[in-house]
Amino acid sequence: MAILIAIWEAISKFEIFPAFMWPPLIIPNEPGGVTVMKTLINGLIDGQLLEATGQSLGRLIVGFVIAVILGTIIGFLIYKSELIDDTLGFFVSTLQSVPNIVWFPLAILWFGLGVESVLFIIILGATLSLSITLSTAFKSVPPLNIRVARTMGSKGFHLFRTVIFPASVPQFIAGLRVAWALAWRAVLAGELLGGSGGLGTLLDMGRSLQSMDLVFAIMIIIGVIGTIIDNFVFVKLERLVLRKRGIQVVK
Amino acid sequence: MLEPHIQLTDLHKSFEHKGQEPVIALDQVNLTIPKGEFLSLLGPSGCGKSTLLNIIAGLDKQTSGDITVNGKPIKGPGNDRIVVFQESGLFPWMSVLDNVMYGLLIKKVPKEEAKARAMKWLQKVHLAKFAHAQPHELSGGMKQRVAIARALVMDPEILLMDEPFAALDEQTRMVLHKELESLWRETKKTIIFVTHNIREAVILSDRILLMKTRPGGVKREYTVQASRPRQATDSVLVDLEGRILSELQLEMEKVLKEEFGDDYDFKKDQLHGNSDSHMGSDI
Repeated sequence: MAILIAIWEAISKFEIFPAFMWPPLIIPNEPGGVTVMKTLINGLIDGQLLEATGQSLGRLIVGFVIAVILGTIIGFLIYKSELIDDTLGFFVSTLQSVPNIVWFPLAILWFGLGVESVLFIIILGATLSLSITLSTAFKSVPPLNIRVARTMGSKGFHLFRTVIFPASVPQFIAGLRVAWALAWRAVLAGELLGGSGGLGTLLDMGRSLQSMDLVFAIMIIIGVIGTIIDNFVFVKLERLVLRKRGIQVVK
Repeated sequence: MLEPHIQLTDLHKSFEHKGQEPVIALDQVNLTIPKGEFLSLLGPSGCGKSTLLNIIAGLDKQTSGDITVNGKPIKGPGNDRIVVFQESGLFPWMSVLDNVMYGLLIKKVPKEEAKARAMKWLQKVHLAKFAHAQPHELSGGMKQRVAIARALVMDPEILLMDEPFAALDEQTRMVLHKELESLWRETKKTIIFVTHNIREAVILSDRILLMKTRPGGVKREYTVQASRPRQATDSVLVDLEGRILSELQLEMEKVLKEEFGDDYDFKKDQLHGNSDSHMGSDI
């Protein structure tokens, strides 16, 4: 890490690239000059970056929650009915192979340049991915567990709630993790192209103002948020569930 | 004769495979099982013994014929007939206690009472101190005991056991035979016990049905007239075991001939087996 920072600073100090393209990270090139860190901290203090981060995260969470609900329902339907599996299931896996940003031009036409378009591509990407993961997870529940539950008198939704869903939880969490990563990408791409506020739009602004310090500051935020959520939410959750069930976690 | 509990009339089951002749798993089975009987279904794999058990459990449906419990036809699974499977099938996301309580909560037993009853049964299978453990922390034999407790806590009239001890080692199996026998003597459930282990069937059962293959069905019936609790060394049991074994060998020969062709000679192979088993006996 320290070496990387040192190399970065060296490139900046020797002015291999112009300063607006390669701003220094920590040590300013002239007294009072711009650095990525300074922009990051100032942006956080004056609220500009914080507000944009909040905006992006808000959209992400709203879109993600809707996607989880929709994805669970679609995943369940695909699992439950062979007909739906053959029709909708096939359709879903075809759509899923289309990167979700490809939908953006269409979303702009349908919903205009705004939050709705961004939400649309978040929900689309995450829902498709999650419904495929979940339908596979539901299908791979050990038949013995289902037979045990049935002999005890469980059926219908009770069987789903008490056996099929809990048995699928490890795959469910893995699916959430992937869907979350897809959603996070979709938010930023949508904001970048759609100009509806948030970190993505700020990133585009940084580009047009030729202020790479702002661009890098935002990239740091994006990376940090992605890592924190992945490591502190999903990985922790996954470990907890697997350990409880006695499945060895390979580190 | 005790009152009939389960009645099977002309029960027939065949499995259809696309483009193939249907396989007849059970052909015209007629059977009356009195209340409180310990009945074993014994036979080689493919004789339809598990299929028969699954039909009684309601997990599978017969192709034709009637099956009644207490005079009422079976419609799907019911908690008057609980199955214990070869593998415990414990839910890994629940503690041992929650696993045992699972069926009671379906029966709408209040939570506190369900807990008390589950604990009582865990004590009976000597696992009370593992109530709050997760299933993966238990050994195979312990899991199977939990599975038995989970079935018996439901107080079913009929206990259906599908090779429940087949995956266990010999010592554990012997211990569980003893436990099962005393639980049965205490509760007087009707037990239908599927196994391919002759000794197991002889030691546990009141009556043994030797099943046959192609078409599947009942070949012979044996009544075990030995006093309980059973002793493995009881001469009645040893004698019966020998009789069933020779009958089963005829059946096995038929199966193997069908699988390996008519030139397969079971008897000749057995001779080899015998000479092997005597190796070193005179050292």
